[in-house]
Amino acid sequence: MPKRTDIQKILLIGSGPIVIGQGCEFDYSGVQACKALKQDGFEIVLVNSNPATVMTDPELADRTYIEPLTCDILHEIIRRERPDAILPTLGGQTALNLAMELDEKGILKRYNLELIGASAEAIRRAENRQMFKETMQSIGLDLPRSGSAHSESEAQAIAKVIGSWPLIIRPGFTLGGTGGGIAHDPEEFSVIVRRGLEASLNHEVLIEESLLGWKEFEMEVMRDRKGGSVIVCSIENLDPMGVHTGDSITVAPIQTLSDREYQAMRDDSLKVLAAIGVETGGSNVQWAVEPSTGRRIIIEMNPRVSRSSALASKATGFPIAKIAAKLAVGYTLDELRNDITGSTPSCFEPALDYVVTKVPRFTFEKFPAADPTLGTQMKSVGEVMAIGRDFKQSLQKALRSLETGRAGFGADGHDAKFEESGDTDLEHALSVPTADRIFYVRAALKRGWEIDRIAELSGIDRYFLRHLAELASFETVIASCGSLDALARDPALFRQAKILGYSDRQIAFLLNTTEAEVARAEVDAGIMPVYGAVDTCAGEFEAVTPYYYSCYDDSGEPVRDHEGRKAIMVLGGGPNRIGQGIEFDYCCCHAAFALRKAGYEVVMVNSNPETVSTDYDTSDKLYFEPLTLEDIMHIYRREGCSGVIVQFGGQTPLNLAQSLQAAGAKVIGTSPDDIDLAEDRDYFKKLAEKIGIRQPKSGIAHTAAEALSVAHEIGYPVLVRPSFVLGGRGMVIVHQEKHLRKFAEEAARVAEGKPILIDRFLENAVELDVDCISDGETTVIGAILEHVEPAGCHSGDSASITPPVTLSAKIQDKIREYAHEFARALHVNGLMNIQLAVKDGEIYMIEVNPRASRTIPFVSKAIGVHLAGLAALCMTGSKLRDLGFTREVKLPYIAVKEAVFPFIKFPGVDIVLTPEMKSTGEVMCLDRDRGIAYLKSQIAAGSKLPKTGNVFLSVKDQDKPGIIELARELAGLGFTIYATLGTSTLLYDAGIRTRAVFRISRGRPNLLDLIRDGEVQWIINTTESGADAMLDEVKMRSRAVAAGIPITTTVEGAFAALEGVRDQLEFGRFEVCSLQEYHRHLR
Amino acid sequence: MDFNWEAKRRRAAYLALADGTVFHGYGFGAANDAVGEAVFNTGMTGYQEIVTDPSYAGQFVTLTAPEIGNYGCSPEDMESRGVFLNALVVHELNPASNWRAREELADFLLRHGKPGIAGIDTRALTLHLREKGSQKAYLHVDGTVLDETEAAARAAAWEGLDGQDYASRVTTSEPYEWSREGKYHVVVYDFGVKYNILRCLAGHDMRVTVVPAKTPARDVLARRPDGVFLSNGPADPSAVGYAIENIRLLLGKVPLMGICLGHQLLGLACGAKCGRLKFGHHGCNHPVQDVRTGCVAISSQNHNFALADLPDCLELTHINLNDNTVEGIRHRKFPAFSVQYHPEAAPGPHDAQELFADFQQLMEHSGK
Repeated sequence: MPKRTDIQKILLIGSGPIVIGQGCEFDYSGVQACKALKQDGFEIVLVNSNPATVMTDPELADRTYIEPLTCDILHEIIRRERPDAILPTLGGQTALNLAMELDEKGILKRYNLELIGASAEAIRRAENRQMFKETMQSIGLDLPRSGSAHSESEAQAIAKVIGSWPLIIRPGFTLGGTGGGIAHDPEEFSVIVRRGLEASLNHEVLIEESLLGWKEFEMEVMRDRKGGSVIVCSIENLDPMGVHTGDSITVAPIQTLSDREYQAMRDDSLKVLAAIGVETGGSNVQWAVEPSTGRRIIIEMNPRVSRSSALASKATGFPIAKIAAKLAVGYTLDELRNDITGSTPSCFEPALDYVVTKVPRFTFEKFPAADPTLGTQMKSVGEVMAIGRDFKQSLQKALRSLETGRAGFGADGHDAKFEESGDTDLEHALSVPTADRIFYVRAALKRGWEIDRIAELSGIDRYFLRHLAELASFETVIASCGSLDALARDPALFRQAKILGYSDRQIAFLLNTTEAEVARAEVDAGIMPVYGAVDTCAGEFEAVTPYYYSCYDDSGEPVRDHEGRKAIMVLGGGPNRIGQGIEFDYCCCHAAFALRKAGYEVVMVNSNPETVSTDYDTSDKLYFEPLTLEDIMHIYRREGCSGVIVQFGGQTPLNLAQSLQAAGAKVIGTSPDDIDLAEDRDYFKKLAEKIGIRQPKSGIAHTAAEALSVAHEIGYPVLVRPSFVLGGRGMVIVHQEKHLRKFAEEAARVAEGKPILIDRFLENAVELDVDCISDGETTVIGAILEHVEPAGCHSGDSASITPPVTLSAKIQDKIREYAHEFARALHVNGLMNIQLAVKDGEIYMIEVNPRASRTIPFVSKAIGVHLAGLAALCMTGSKLRDLGFTREVKLPYIAVKEAVFPFIKFPGVDIVLTPEMKSTGEVMCLDRDRGIAYLKSQIAAGSKLPKTGNVFLSVKDQDKPGIIELARELAGLGFTIYATLGTSTLLYDAGIRTRAVFRISRGRPNLLDLIRDGEVQWIINTTESGADAMLDEVKMRSRAVAAGIPITTTVEGAFAALEGVRDQLEFGRFEVCSLQEYHRHLR
Repeated sequence: MDFNWEAKRRRAAYLALADGTVFHGYGFGAANDAVGEAVFNTGMTGYQEIVTDPSYAGQFVTLTAPEIGNYGCSPEDMESRGVFLNALVVHELNPASNWRAREELADFLLRHGKPGIAGIDTRALTLHLREKGSQKAYLHVDGTVLDETEAAARAAAWEGLDGQDYASRVTTSEPYEWSREGKYHVVVYDFGVKYNILRCLAGHDMRVTVVPAKTPARDVLARRPDGVFLSNGPADPSAVGYAIENIRLLLGKVPLMGICLGHQLLGLACGAKCGRLKFGHHGCNHPVQDVRTGCVAISSQNHNFALADLPDCLELTHINLNDNTVEGIRHRKFPAFSVQYHPEAAPGPHDAQELFADFQQLMEHSGK
């Protein structure tokens, strides 16, 4: 069936900011969908609040709305654009939930809008626990004993009926299992049920029989409107049931099911789609299997493209999102070609002749107060995928891709923590899943524990454990050679080590030599990787798409001819984590787009399956490989690259810059030496003096003791941070010497031998980010961003506004001058980000980073110029003059960026902003009115700022003078103000009426009561951060987050929000406008 | 079974192709050398079904799925009375971990006297076979010293499968009843039948009798069947002239259904041509389209030969969407149809099992 001709204009809903449970996989799916539908001549209206996405590039859709993802805003867009259909299945749970809301509010009906991909009925059947259960029962599937509850008492009754512990609690309609959990006793049960009811959009929780320890599987299904269906990929979890699949190590394809079991699961998966009523598109179906009987239970299905679809796409080469988009507009699978083979149709099931392993990436180090136990609520912030010829190879590659300092499955000098734990602790670490469990498994194997015992404790299948045991014992075989020379004398053994996935770093550690020596010995022994192709067909047909992975087989794919083009390697950013996410992938993609257009052959290397950069048609050649020196250099040499770009992938490739250069790769753009120079304090001090810019007093320390004396010299408060880290890891502001002792030790640990930087902290200064581009001669400012939050809050966590709000033209001009000077001094070729602070009319230098910054996509969207693309061209020798970008763009509108935080996933963690970055994502909003732009950004970030109601005010002493004005404005707008006694008295003296409540520890009623009773709609609470935070305040903020009450933690933020609330009351409803229309005003 | 590095090293073995290409690995199963035709199968599950499928008689099956043995072997997964392929070639052999496993794959092969080789770069071998076509090969696993060129020469000297009647080697020696109940009586010609075909027929209300490949048509008719089924089987359809003769005698007298070799034989009996594919279809993921409805099924496939040049009396019903080759035919005048692929699956998807219901319908409309 060919494409439908009764629809022309399609509204595509994106997934919004990156949050835990919804990462950049939906940028990947959105981009594929936009391209696929545009190719077919459909008019695309796209809405997404996330500026760091490639999908929100103005070229991809006809109209791109970077607006908050709320039902009201979508309504405005629909009213304005009048699309024929909405495609809600490619923007994650966010898009699906919005589509349901539009349906329930009658908006779909009013505008005669069709949901394509999945109907509202199908979505409801999949998402509503009761309907899902009934539907599954109607097709004869086995389900866990369970019930759904809308209140705590209903929940208790269900628990009694099931009659066994533990019980699983899952809230309906949420992302990544927010608010769910496993309860082992009645006490835990009521806590989790309450949280789940709060988190659920429809105030519903499902309580069910525990399947803890069962095997977990997943099938990715595609279906067309003729009912043609295929399984794109099957996935098996290493971590058994009980760990959210997003937090589990998983492998593809399924390894431990016989054909009989596999095909029965396949049949049932197809039946599930049919019964739910998924008319077209991709869905995933999750299964649990009791390991000793094979009893199989359906867990859930998502009638949409998901995180696992992205993984499945990358694992198999089958472009699920693209095909899902095509199927939604009427095509059938047999009508669509398989892009990888170029000759066969898409209605086939990919055959894999390799094993894919996905390992989640956690950032518990950012949230020391969070519970590191893995459960049904997802906690990982990113993931890596690795392809190997077998599980062992791919696991080793995945573990070294994680960038947690590990070189593989142990054998790298970082095992002491695990190996030294006592037997009882080890047993505990095996049975309670955490991010490091796999290394505890290794420790247990090393200790000689039987596989059966480990299987018993962990529930991990013996299939996996035997492989892990083989690795653990082969380590000894390598080590027993005693020296690299001895290993090299047994080439078969040497090769076997590489076949088993051992990295040069591991071999070097085991044989007490260096990585470089191992690499040299391999060359001498002729042990080099070959490359297999991800070809969807296990070699049965020739593949046209060059998508590769390394292995140590006899032979591999030949190097494909460059056709006369120069090959440039672009290094991606690896797994998403806090501080390094989609923004850098965006930059890598733009480098690829621009270079390809300019006639270069782009070789992309990355290990993150969620990304657009790892889509097979972003680059000319895609290598899905770990971003380590060893893996990169093999590809660099194989492809005969003439340069490698390291400044776009964030800290990952930057940290490799020097060693890549030393190994013979040509780093193009700003040189590694100049990049390092920017981190050199002494050099920098001199440079700042030469340029004539002030710097906060500063010093360097290598030990905690040195830190104390430096701080004493420059005076408190001080900002302490390790050098060479991204996202402010280990960075704190310290007001007193007694606190510095503790933090300096932490910083010294994080810095891993590199120096600790100590700066005098500028209190209440305005912070700025300046993004610019330089070709080595000409430097152009991209934008000056003014932070809403004062200095001391990490730039990635702060809201930013451009053009700047409070800076005089004179100061701005001075800033521009400085930017040019820095670019010249550091020989910048490419992008540069400068962080400045302005206090009392003086400009202070904070840091200069000659590389892509997190704000590049935001700035590019705001000014309508692809800075990363231009920068890539500069690196290959083009001049900005010739590229037509020589003047800073003046914006006739306001662009605001706001950060989005994962606090709801980490109950008990303090939400106060500090120099250590904690946000996972960001949103952007544009408007002519500054207040509205800021308010929209707050809404887009999920903060439900009220227009009326009760506000609670509590500020630290320094902020007290500022809040009188704030309180007056709040009162003027009709808000009722609650405050603690001290603040209340202060305001009373200023003539503002408030209602006084007790401090939490002093009595009741206090704020906790107000939160519980729903009496407060907005909390403005500023406080000393970090160690000084009062325990009860932390508790209060945590409760407010759980209750969904907006909290503003800086006075500056409160003023900005208030301005927005006031302007909204004045203007009435929000106006929406597409990016393309905004950009039309630029010239 | 010992999987450590030293143990594997002690069982060093190799596979030599007739063109002189050699692949090194280590042996498992029976330690006796073998000769056969090297083919590959891209299915990701179902190794036990494959090794017990009589259609693989005379062949070395290379499994492209890299890890084999993971779920062991189970009596329920037998597709015939024994192991018919000549050798199994895998990348990595693992011990079993599955509640249904009763035996390790290596022990299973050993018990059936068949050799296997693991540690092979199966992708390289597969690409080689894709480029050069199926190859005669020699497997050296017996631990003695054998020169690689000598092994390749032995492979080249082997008679091969072309023109060979393998059906008569693998067929049942005596007729037997598979199931005693059912509305329709079906006689199955066993050219190397897979048990799952018999299970599927029985599951569609058929009483199933299996007869040897060379059973004359009149003996079959004497059993007064409601339908006759032409089974799958190994090797070259042109070498089983007796079967083609018998089919001609049955055509029009009784409803016929054929699968794989049975399909090729029906086609040949009706005047179609049958040729060798370059490397055959061996996998579980081939899209087959019913050209009458446009519907697509994902199918299990295992054949080196395919029908072509259909005569007017045959209607083309199914095609393979990967290469547009013939996958199904129907006689325009007589109640007879056949498919090249395996609706009985085992291994593979169950998408096409309604074909057995079609056979039931055909018998229903033809008199009962």
